[in-house]
Amino acid sequence: MSQEKQTVTVNLGPTHPATHGVFQNIIELDGERIVAADSTVGYIHRAFEKLAEHRPYYQITPITDRLNYCSSPINNIGWHLTVERLLGVQTTQRIDYMRIIIMELSRIADHLICNGILGVDSGAFSGFLYLFQQREAIYEIFEEICGSRLTTNIGRVGGFERDFSETAVLKLRRFLAEFPAVLKEFEALFDRNRIFMDRTIGVGAISAARALDYGFTGPNLRATGVDYDVRTASPYSRYLDFEFEVPVGENGDTYDRYLVRNQEMWQSLRLIQQALDAMPNDGYHVAVPAFYLPPKAQVNTVMESLIYHFKVVMGEIPVPVGTLYHAVEGGNGELGYYLISDGGRCPYRLHFRRPCFIYYQAFPEMVIGSLLSDAIMTMSSLNLIAGELDA
Amino acid sequence: MTHPLVTDPPEGVTGQGFYLTSLEKAVALARKNSIWPLPFATSCCGIEFMATMGSHYDFARFGSERPSFSPRQADLLMVMGTVAKKLGPILKQVYCQMAEPRWVMAVGACASSGGIFDTYSVLQGIDQVIPVDVYVPGCPPRPEQIIDGLMAVQSLVGTESLRRRHSESYTQLLKGYGID
Amino acid sequence: MALTNLALPMATLEPTPFGTAVSETVAQHFRVLNHVLQYGNWCLEVDPTAYYAVVQDLKHTHGFTMLVDLCGVHHVAEPASLAVVAQLHHLPERTRLFVTVQLPITDPVIDSLVPLFPSANWMERETYDFFGIRFTGHPNLTRILNEDSMAYFPLRKEYPLEDQTRTDKDDRMFGR
Repeated sequence: MSQEKQTVTVNLGPTHPATHGVFQNIIELDGERIVAADSTVGYIHRAFEKLAEHRPYYQITPITDRLNYCSSPINNIGWHLTVERLLGVQTTQRIDYMRIIIMELSRIADHLICNGILGVDSGAFSGFLYLFQQREAIYEIFEEICGSRLTTNIGRVGGFERDFSETAVLKLRRFLAEFPAVLKEFEALFDRNRIFMDRTIGVGAISAARALDYGFTGPNLRATGVDYDVRTASPYSRYLDFEFEVPVGENGDTYDRYLVRNQEMWQSLRLIQQALDAMPNDGYHVAVPAFYLPPKAQVNTVMESLIYHFKVVMGEIPVPVGTLYHAVEGGNGELGYYLISDGGRCPYRLHFRRPCFIYYQAFPEMVIGSLLSDAIMTMSSLNLIAGELDA
Repeated sequence: MTHPLVTDPPEGVTGQGFYLTSLEKAVALARKNSIWPLPFATSCCGIEFMATMGSHYDFARFGSERPSFSPRQADLLMVMGTVAKKLGPILKQVYCQMAEPRWVMAVGACASSGGIFDTYSVLQGIDQVIPVDVYVPGCPPRPEQIIDGLMAVQSLVGTESLRRRHSESYTQLLKGYGID
Repeated sequence: MALTNLALPMATLEPTPFGTAVSETVAQHFRVLNHVLQYGNWCLEVDPTAYYAVVQDLKHTHGFTMLVDLCGVHHVAEPASLAVVAQLHHLPERTRLFVTVQLPITDPVIDSLVPLFPSANWMERETYDFFGIRFTGHPNLTRILNEDSMAYFPLRKEYPLEDQTRTDKDDRMFGR
């Protein structure tokens, strides 16, 4: 009898508890070891780019919410920054600091989910529960600022629709006071946990050179040792007024990605604290009549305001012609907006540079040769968000 | 001394060491307080479901302690998020793999009707491919709304006849979707 | 090994001197049809025959080690064309550079960048899926986001956004 080596093809997804979102991996196993892998995406393709060509500029903000929906405010503010760059709008210091606070809060929220679920995938459920309580605290802050918990549609082109209320600042301060203890507890549960370390050290490693070849950005790239962060490479929103570090790993494995995300949460806390303490009082919005609704009292009494209100709602104000690219540091890396404006009420072309979509290509290379359970941990540590993957 | 009630007892006659009620009511009581969901989370609504599962809103106190990712062991298919046309057949297959009795909850605007994504690639509501029992609107719905949806499912489960799944109307409903 | 922010300048609409120097050098050596400044970033429009060579030169000679993005654009204004826009990034000099190429709409074929940058793989598949641009030398040029059975290229301007076969939404009510 000839000895034939047979491999088993396993379909991991699109509906699978470990895939956080719908994407499929077809994995070929030799026993428990992976010999080949292939990924399929598109199971939640919602045609954002086509949709954006039919919507006026400020109506695109709700769509951007749904890209990386774990950290929607970053997407919203990134889009507003793009439009402001197109229009040549200069925001006040207060607006920039408010934006920094909100973006760093959402970065913390995103990493909370990623690291919490990384724990769940390795069998440790409690860490997730503790962290999710803190995510509720962040939700409360977002609710106070914009009314919504998850898909926030926060801010306006040219600032915000309202200033931070006293309750919002109170909740922020309370979060800053309470969250460090929770994060410390979470780190104590996982950082030197023998089981967690065995499951994550050396798992799903990628070198810095290969990561750059595959277009990695964000915590996944920084875990390999490259300190590329859009906040320092192409600074925006006065980030450089503050002192913060960009944490960098060494081996590019799951453990390093986990550590980098934890450290980024600490740095985000630092930024929020500094921004809150240094907040000036020079206005929470600037005059961008094409996109900013005038105050209601004026709309009912002043003719000009009424006309502008009508025009803004109907999206009837043209914008400059131009092509530009603007990127922000999203939870997963460089989230870019490539906008071509032809002067009309809707963009001519809007392309989202989605970090998840680009670095997910490296997944087969990262898991070939490892065990099936390692593939689960690798996938979890990459923080793949299906909305950003498919757009 | 009165003991706290976990749930209202069904109509029946009670005596020393026995409780007399109809089988249907007893089964309904058991079923509605132990619904095991299959979280078919695709997008943003899935994150709100995670919040509902968390300690603050605690889905588990309704009996949904064990979310089952295997359709064979689940009672309630909760579709949370946008379903693209590419995913439609897979959703149908998951539904077909569930054993009777099974219920379906469409959580969120996208699962109910396509939501804000009236595009060429999005299924305009999951009721295009599978029969739905409860629709929970919202984008995303707050955890309270999802719990409200679960309670609506509970009332459906609690009042369902034991023979419904074998009835003519139910068979016709499934045939309409191409499910035998 | 963290970066402390010592005197990093704010991004302005001014290009970096490195970016200006590189775009001029490349324009001298290759068939560059146009180079314009777009909000602080240089954009080189190259001839399709020079596209691969330009990107290769940028990567190996000038050190642009990251392909940040690659997308397609459908220009309906006469002469109608499909464009491919590739964005490269130079990490130490913090400079972005765009390389654009215009392709005829009847037969849009261009070289694939996958041999140079593996990250181009899915980005080119997405561009093919949306616009129908074919990339020669691509290992697996199939649809990625849409269903394989789809018969048209949806992001071209002549196709509508909505699914025309849907019956539950009345176009008169939805203001189309």
